[in-house]
Amino acid sequence: MSLNENRPPAGNVRPGLDRRTLLKTLGVGAVGAAGIPLLAACTGGSGPGATPSASTSLTFGSGSSDDVPKAAYKAVTDAFTAKTKIKVTTNVVPHNDFQNKISTYLQGSPDDAFTWFAGYRMQYYAGKGLLAPIDDVWQKVGANYSDAMKKASTGPDGKMYFVPNYNYPWGFFYRKSVWADKGYTVPTTFDALKTLCAKMKSDGLIPIEFADKDGWPAMGTFDYINMRLNGYQFHMDLTAHKESWDQKKVSDVFDTWKALLPYQNPAALGMTWQDAAINMGKKKSGMYLLGSFVTQQYTDKTILDDIDFFAFPEIAMEGQDAVEAPIDGLLLSKKGGNNQAARDFLAFMGTPEGQDAYAKVDPSNIATAKGADTSTFSPLTKKCAETIANAKSISQFFDRDALPAMANNVMIPALQGFIKDGTVDVKNLESQAKALYAAQ
Amino acid sequence: MSTPTELSESATPGSRAGQRTPARRPKPGRVRRLSKRDKVVLGIMVGIPTLVQLAFVWIPTLLSVLLSFTRWNGLALSDIRAAGVANYSYVFTDNPAFWPAVQHNILWLLFLAVIATPLGLLLAVLLDQQIRGSKIYQSVFFIPVMLSLALVGIIWQLFYQKDNGLLNFLLGTAGTPQAVDWFGNSSVNIWAALVAATWRHAGYVMILYLAGLKGVDASLKEAASLDGANARQTFFRIVFPAMAPINIVIVVITIIESLRAFDVVWVINKGTNGLELISALVITYLIGEGQSIGIGSAFAVILLVISLVPITIYLSRTFRKEKF
Repeated sequence: MSLNENRPPAGNVRPGLDRRTLLKTLGVGAVGAAGIPLLAACTGGSGPGATPSASTSLTFGSGSSDDVPKAAYKAVTDAFTAKTKIKVTTNVVPHNDFQNKISTYLQGSPDDAFTWFAGYRMQYYAGKGLLAPIDDVWQKVGANYSDAMKKASTGPDGKMYFVPNYNYPWGFFYRKSVWADKGYTVPTTFDALKTLCAKMKSDGLIPIEFADKDGWPAMGTFDYINMRLNGYQFHMDLTAHKESWDQKKVSDVFDTWKALLPYQNPAALGMTWQDAAINMGKKKSGMYLLGSFVTQQYTDKTILDDIDFFAFPEIAMEGQDAVEAPIDGLLLSKKGGNNQAARDFLAFMGTPEGQDAYAKVDPSNIATAKGADTSTFSPLTKKCAETIANAKSISQFFDRDALPAMANNVMIPALQGFIKDGTVDVKNLESQAKALYAAQ
Repeated sequence: MSTPTELSESATPGSRAGQRTPARRPKPGRVRRLSKRDKVVLGIMVGIPTLVQLAFVWIPTLLSVLLSFTRWNGLALSDIRAAGVANYSYVFTDNPAFWPAVQHNILWLLFLAVIATPLGLLLAVLLDQQIRGSKIYQSVFFIPVMLSLALVGIIWQLFYQKDNGLLNFLLGTAGTPQAVDWFGNSSVNIWAALVAATWRHAGYVMILYLAGLKGVDASLKEAASLDGANARQTFFRIVFPAMAPINIVIVVITIIESLRAFDVVWVINKGTNGLELISALVITYLIGEGQSIGIGSAFAVILLVISLVPITIYLSRTFRKEKF
């Protein structure tokens, strides 16, 4: 197209551009324009509304731009090509750019398949009709996944949209040697947790390491107390704003949390999660509620081997069935839905074979399909995997389950305010939620 | 930031043209018309800046005002819906960060006006004396002005960090429970940010006043000393009033700096937990994941209206002067 646009308007021939070059440009333009349908035919995607056609290639948009995940996805596409002879063209976009531009990307000319997250961040675009449902793919790979994974991959219309690749759980991480020294045992109820905290405090430790300068880590504590008090479904309904914030169930969450506040690091608001992780590494604190990525902070192998974790204790309902474990995986764009090769690619990602290809290069995350190779897992990774596999429900973390504006603009300041003085205005949370969700 | 240079640049060609026109004019009675070529050149010279101004200033401003009365998720244009004044009522009544942000912007203005600007003036007066190494001191104080405020924020993080920062180390409190949490404690962090901003603003004011001091006629000072004025009288009665044009520029710069204060707080904690500023709220709601175009636009319009006050005062003053 651009060739056509470069053509100067007839009758306004600039000096230096003689008739011959003009004709040549016109000619190239014409060829260029004629070439477009040919190129379109090559992509293998037929017009919208057509049934998936057999094809031998697909395009894959990847936001995994860091070296390790980038190489890991290359291993997956290579394995897929080797197995099926289908060619995959990968377009890697820097991670944050990919995230910030996702809406224009999906409205423009997206790749057939692309990397994304489960939860509201997936459901939102499914609801806007920008994704292709993949129930047929799930018929092939569904047996590889737990019910929780299936729930997290379902769109607002009940159809399947997402193929999980890997995830990582949130829990209380601690140093085994500290616990062995002092004779602490893992608490399974909230009361036991409070007793343990009090004991740790009297032993001169900061019982619960905590950092919230960046605002989002506190959401993990909120999510867990909310789910243990009100259940997974309430968490989903609240983040989707089907439930009001201005109700007792929500203020109960904060009231329950208040009991833990005196045991959490009082300097939380000036620290990042990395600062807090260092404190735990130095044995200054008893435990730390965070995602398993906390172990990235410990380069010293003796510390790394000394790390263990336990699930958030039960409070009122559901025991410890719900686990906070953000899932990353693949989606099909609307356009990709017409390309059978892209469906095959997603199905491949949902097999132990595909996930092993990924995990071999990037072992820091946990494969989601049953039967994936766990022989190289460290005991800690194995435990993380088991925790997720046994979960009845998997939540995606507040900022992935809720409207981003609600998570970033309302919850971060509200939680920081709560950490500061133990008060929160749920009425105001509700009126802000109303205004923000109405704009979507 | 570029206000003073822009002003002086735009003033020079104008005054030159004003001098040249009568000299060039041929004998009275014969009006020389512009040739076609002149008209085209003039048209382009006027047209292009006008278009640029329209495209980058007026149209976006107008669109912001319009969008502030809508709800929009930033996706398809068809998703835009009218919202009346809902966004403004959200900002004024529901958003808990708005009024603290207004207060912090006022505090910012007062702090810069009462502490940072006089400090810059003091530095300028000291460095204007014939002291050895004056150029070196000038550079030292001016370096922060050349750094981006984001970088300034990062540098000050090193001073302010709770356990490993220089400041707590000097106070002897590093690593102890008495350590001051400069950025995390919401009653301290605004002052910490203001000191970081002053570090930069004072250098900026200093360089402007140095230029101003050089421009003050030496004979005025001489006359003052002949009349028996002491140094202080000379400065406050003679030199300072003689710098009136610079003073106005400084006042405007100080007001603008306090309104657009942003970078330091954004680097620290994105303008939350005691560091709320209107500019940070605009960015929070307009850019990135928490996008709500209508509400962000409402914040931007409010900031615009506040900014118009000093701008109007400044412009009316400058135009009044040009009449003479």
